[in-house]
Amino acid sequence: MNDQISEFAGPTIDWFSVSPLLVLLFGALLLLLVGSLTPQWRRGWYGLVSAVTASAAIVLSIFLWRDISSSGPKLLVGGALALDHFAVLASIAICAAVLLVSLVTSDYLAGEKSDMPEIYALYLTAAIGGVVMVAANDLIVLFLGLETLSLSLYLLAASNRKRAESQEAGLKYFILGGFASAFFLYGVALTYGATGTTRLVDINLALNSYITVPRNDTLLLVGVGLMLVGFGFKVSLVPFQAWTPDVYQGSPTPVTAFMASAGKVAALVALVRVFVTAFPSRADDWGPAIFVLSALTLIVGSVVAVVQTDVKRMLAYSSISHAGFILVGLEASSHRSSPDVGDGLTAIAVYVVLYAALVVGTFSVVTVVAQSSTDGATSLDAFKGIGKSNPVLALALTVLLLAQAGVPLTSGFVAKFGVVQAAVSVGSYKLAVVAMICAVIAAFVYLRIMVSMWLNDATNPVSVKVPLFSTIAIAIAVSVTLVIGVLPSLLLDLTSNLTQLASK
Amino acid sequence: MIGFALAPTASWYLVLSAVLFGIGTFGVLIRRNPLVMFMCIELMLNAVNLSFVTLARQLNDINGQTIVFFVMVVAAAEVVVGLGIIVAIMRNRSSVTADDLAELKG
Repeated sequence: MNDQISEFAGPTIDWFSVSPLLVLLFGALLLLLVGSLTPQWRRGWYGLVSAVTASAAIVLSIFLWRDISSSGPKLLVGGALALDHFAVLASIAICAAVLLVSLVTSDYLAGEKSDMPEIYALYLTAAIGGVVMVAANDLIVLFLGLETLSLSLYLLAASNRKRAESQEAGLKYFILGGFASAFFLYGVALTYGATGTTRLVDINLALNSYITVPRNDTLLLVGVGLMLVGFGFKVSLVPFQAWTPDVYQGSPTPVTAFMASAGKVAALVALVRVFVTAFPSRADDWGPAIFVLSALTLIVGSVVAVVQTDVKRMLAYSSISHAGFILVGLEASSHRSSPDVGDGLTAIAVYVVLYAALVVGTFSVVTVVAQSSTDGATSLDAFKGIGKSNPVLALALTVLLLAQAGVPLTSGFVAKFGVVQAAVSVGSYKLAVVAMICAVIAAFVYLRIMVSMWLNDATNPVSVKVPLFSTIAIAIAVSVTLVIGVLPSLLLDLTSNLTQLASK
Repeated sequence: MIGFALAPTASWYLVLSAVLFGIGTFGVLIRRNPLVMFMCIELMLNAVNLSFVTLARQLNDINGQTIVFFVMVVAAAEVVVGLGIIVAIMRNRSSVTADDLAELKG
């Protein structure tokens, strides 16, 4: 018996390749442990520690990016994690979201007079889950990352204990999130039953070989369908989007920024990786499902956003329609055969990075505006007259909203152009047309907010105060939006060989 | 004594786990008490565990049984977080049903 135990050999771990995860973990533990043992730190320091941790993870990810460029993608920890450009770019987007959101949260909590370390520690643990998800090459590792991310997000949504809406949002998110996780896990179990493995690369091999595993197609297809339902809840695809507006509205605004950026990026990238890596041989089966989900998500997201009166709900629906755009890229990938996944994947990677910066910037401005209004409300009325009282802030929000609408010379145009081009290049014209029409409808939503800011007069004018850290965060988001919008080649050149996913 | 032998096969367990999963799903959809909804989610996770063990046995592969431990840990963590949120709400209100939580709508 003892002999058997001593024979156990763990996988070799390339510690440097997982260093971004370790840094995030260290930051989270530091904040929780030291933060709970010491008296209240001076204003802004919790946020700074979190921001510095996220920056360190970004720097390490950039080193990893250069390693991959020189020596190619590879699998880590016995095939559990994939190290490739797609994963590293998404990790950078998630860590950048943590960085910006920490800065904004620091000001927000100072305004609420409840600056505590837990929130930042939860951002960092959520980021760990997100980074694991985007790199996961094993469905169970993916599930663990998903739960690490989701459990942190449930707590973050409910983190404002003074507001009943925040707790309501937390509970709704928790019940529906847990429900979705169970569906996802059942899908994993059935896929495991059909293929005999949970490794994405091995699933693909098993499905392509007729000898090793007795294949059970019904089991497999039901499994893939259940996983898609689970993912659908997490990235709020129509018809699984019902929780999104409520949770986005009820959560503290910086937390909403984090959910809409890091949470969504992680789940979308994981969704794309699972389908592109594990099931390319079944693209004829899941392609049409993605087509329908994408079209529904685009249409409902854009149309329902128009009738909302609360800015956070509008932006929640707009984030739903953004998920639809990303699925357009995935649908394009489903028309390609296995080794060459095509432009779709590059377009998705570019989209998620730009989208993360955009959405954090937008919600940062909403945070600042809502905190200056008397009751912290985020109705459209709160934005009236900002153009006169605070033109610089209004201009920043205008740039961000124009980018979300996909106006040329902003990053949003680069992102949307990429996915639509990918769809057109494989002959998926119907979806491309739906996407473009929905972009026009969604533009109306953003125009409504802009009209409110610039053309309407405030009923009781208040001057919006923009604290220092929030200014920095908004400035970073706006500059990314404009720089990539004017010089898209800065990002597009980087992502030119991104379609090589790790396979061994 | 019994004329025919009813030896349970793997598919019996798979059917049982599908039924349990269905009961859990149904419960989340129709029950209005957050605690009961939450218990139904746990039932769904444990139904999946039964599937994993059965399939692992069928495939003669130990990994499926190892996965169950991971799922149990996740379920335990979910209990901690979920009960924390429910207790926080209970402190502010005397009772909670899902219908009371309707301040957020558009």
